[in-house]
Amino acid sequence: MLSYFVSYLVMASTYSVAALALNLQWGFTGLMNFGIGTFYFVGAYASALLTTGASPDYVGGFGLPFIVGLIGAMAISGLLAYVLAYPALKLRGGFFAISMLAISETIRLIVKNEKWLTNGVWGIRGIPQPTRALLGANLAEWVYLGLAIAILIIVYRLTEIGIRSPWGRVLNAVREDEKMAEMSGKNSWRVRMQSFVFGSMVMGVAGALYAHYIGFISPSSFTPLMATFIVWLMILLGGTGSNKGVIVGAFVVWGVWIGSEFLIDFLPSGITSKAGFVRMLLMGILLDVILLIRPQGLFGREKVISKLGSGSEN
Amino acid sequence: MLKVENLDKSFGGIHAIRNCSLIVEEETITGLIGPNGAGKTTMFNLITGFHEPDSGQVFFKDEDITDLTPHEIFEKNLFRTFQITREIQEMTVLENLMLIPRNQTGENLWNSWFNRSLVSQQEDQFKEKALEVLEFLEMKDRKYDLAMNLPGGEKKLLDLGRMMMAEPEMVLLDEPGSGVPPSLQTKVNDYVREISREQGITFLVVEHDMHIIMDLCDPIIVLVDGQTLTKGSPDEIKNNQQVIEAYLGT
Repeated sequence: MLSYFVSYLVMASTYSVAALALNLQWGFTGLMNFGIGTFYFVGAYASALLTTGASPDYVGGFGLPFIVGLIGAMAISGLLAYVLAYPALKLRGGFFAISMLAISETIRLIVKNEKWLTNGVWGIRGIPQPTRALLGANLAEWVYLGLAIAILIIVYRLTEIGIRSPWGRVLNAVREDEKMAEMSGKNSWRVRMQSFVFGSMVMGVAGALYAHYIGFISPSSFTPLMATFIVWLMILLGGTGSNKGVIVGAFVVWGVWIGSEFLIDFLPSGITSKAGFVRMLLMGILLDVILLIRPQGLFGREKVISKLGSGSEN
Repeated sequence: MLKVENLDKSFGGIHAIRNCSLIVEEETITGLIGPNGAGKTTMFNLITGFHEPDSGQVFFKDEDITDLTPHEIFEKNLFRTFQITREIQEMTVLENLMLIPRNQTGENLWNSWFNRSLVSQQEDQFKEKALEVLEFLEMKDRKYDLAMNLPGGEKKLLDLGRMMMAEPEMVLLDEPGSGVPPSLQTKVNDYVREISREQGITFLVVEHDMHIIMDLCDPIIVLVDGQTLTKGSPDEIKNNQQVIEAYLGT
């Protein structure tokens, strides 16, 4: 039971990292990214290919340390975001969202079909978990939990500092009225690009954390539900525009998701085989309930993002 | 200072600006008047990159700025205010002002993380300047109010405050008098005159209140149906038969 709880905390922390990244892009910049899976996916594969041992089935297998995998995941996700930003950021609102969703699915299908690159549908096994060989499985789980929480704290601090700085002030202006921000001398393209790239790098880190925890990844690990929409659900529940809120949202939604596994035992025998769909239905109902009862989420948007506007004289 | 040459702009079937040319001389407070629908705000939008002209050119200090984006035009020290105020609603009055200054170190994310002392130092300077502006505008007690909660007149003042923070070389003022209390309007006019005289700032002012225009501006350009009708001193404009007819619609 304890190891189940540790597993819950690791995965919830991993999703919290992705949710903070999405909150930066959507909550503070207004970029409706429906392609979180792209960067989550790319980060996971980048780190896996850099850190696993050599294999005759696919490229990579460099056997590099975990930290190199993490940096590689950030770098490749960031680079991909930078390239995608040129066409995608010309779009706004729903058009941007749909384009990101399409890109995400395209990349998932490329990975699925290019066996020489990623081992296709067979995925990549044996992704090393730091300290597992040294400390054994049980202790390594705790170490990994500490690592995941440490990364979550670092990402939280970096995003909090960013949004409460003049940079965050510009993000806020661009989110609310892009033309007005331009008229105030702010290069809205540049800040949207920075937010998109930084957020995507963080999503890549979340993907790497997932890959090294589970130890196996394949294209089916990154369905739109598990890589994109569940993260949206987390920030909607917690409160778009509140970093604390989205972390709470991630822990609650992930708890509901894994808790729903136990429901299978209570389902009538005729629909047990469809339990996966019932769980998805449950998430859909949760989304409806949030939107109907508390559309601003549990915490709601923080009205004031600059420390200068908080009433303090600092 | 500002030269508009053969500017043309249509919106669907509406020909808003028709091959229009005008010149604003340096260090003047030039008025731009005309009946409703004459194209005054459209002209402002075209000059500041808010809309793209169909044809024609805009020169600022002899530099072609026709194809520049609004933020690039701002960087050239050309600032505008809006007829219908556009503030960042979910930010405080103070933050709306502190958004404006150029070259903010903290607008670089890296500096926000790793050069915090420099960013804080600069923030203090901008805050001090913003508080001075609010003091002048008699809005100091509003500094932590969200801009969305300000009444119309104070939103207009906030717009002027943004101008004061920008320290531009030229300002396009779109109806600075609307919604502003008369006592403060006199103060604003005096301020515009003062900074024009002392700092050499050039103004192009659109205003429906003829008292303000006649009191503040010289020369005055009259725009009718998207074209320049005439240009002259307040007295010349007041007595120009074509202008009177354009306003009366005869």
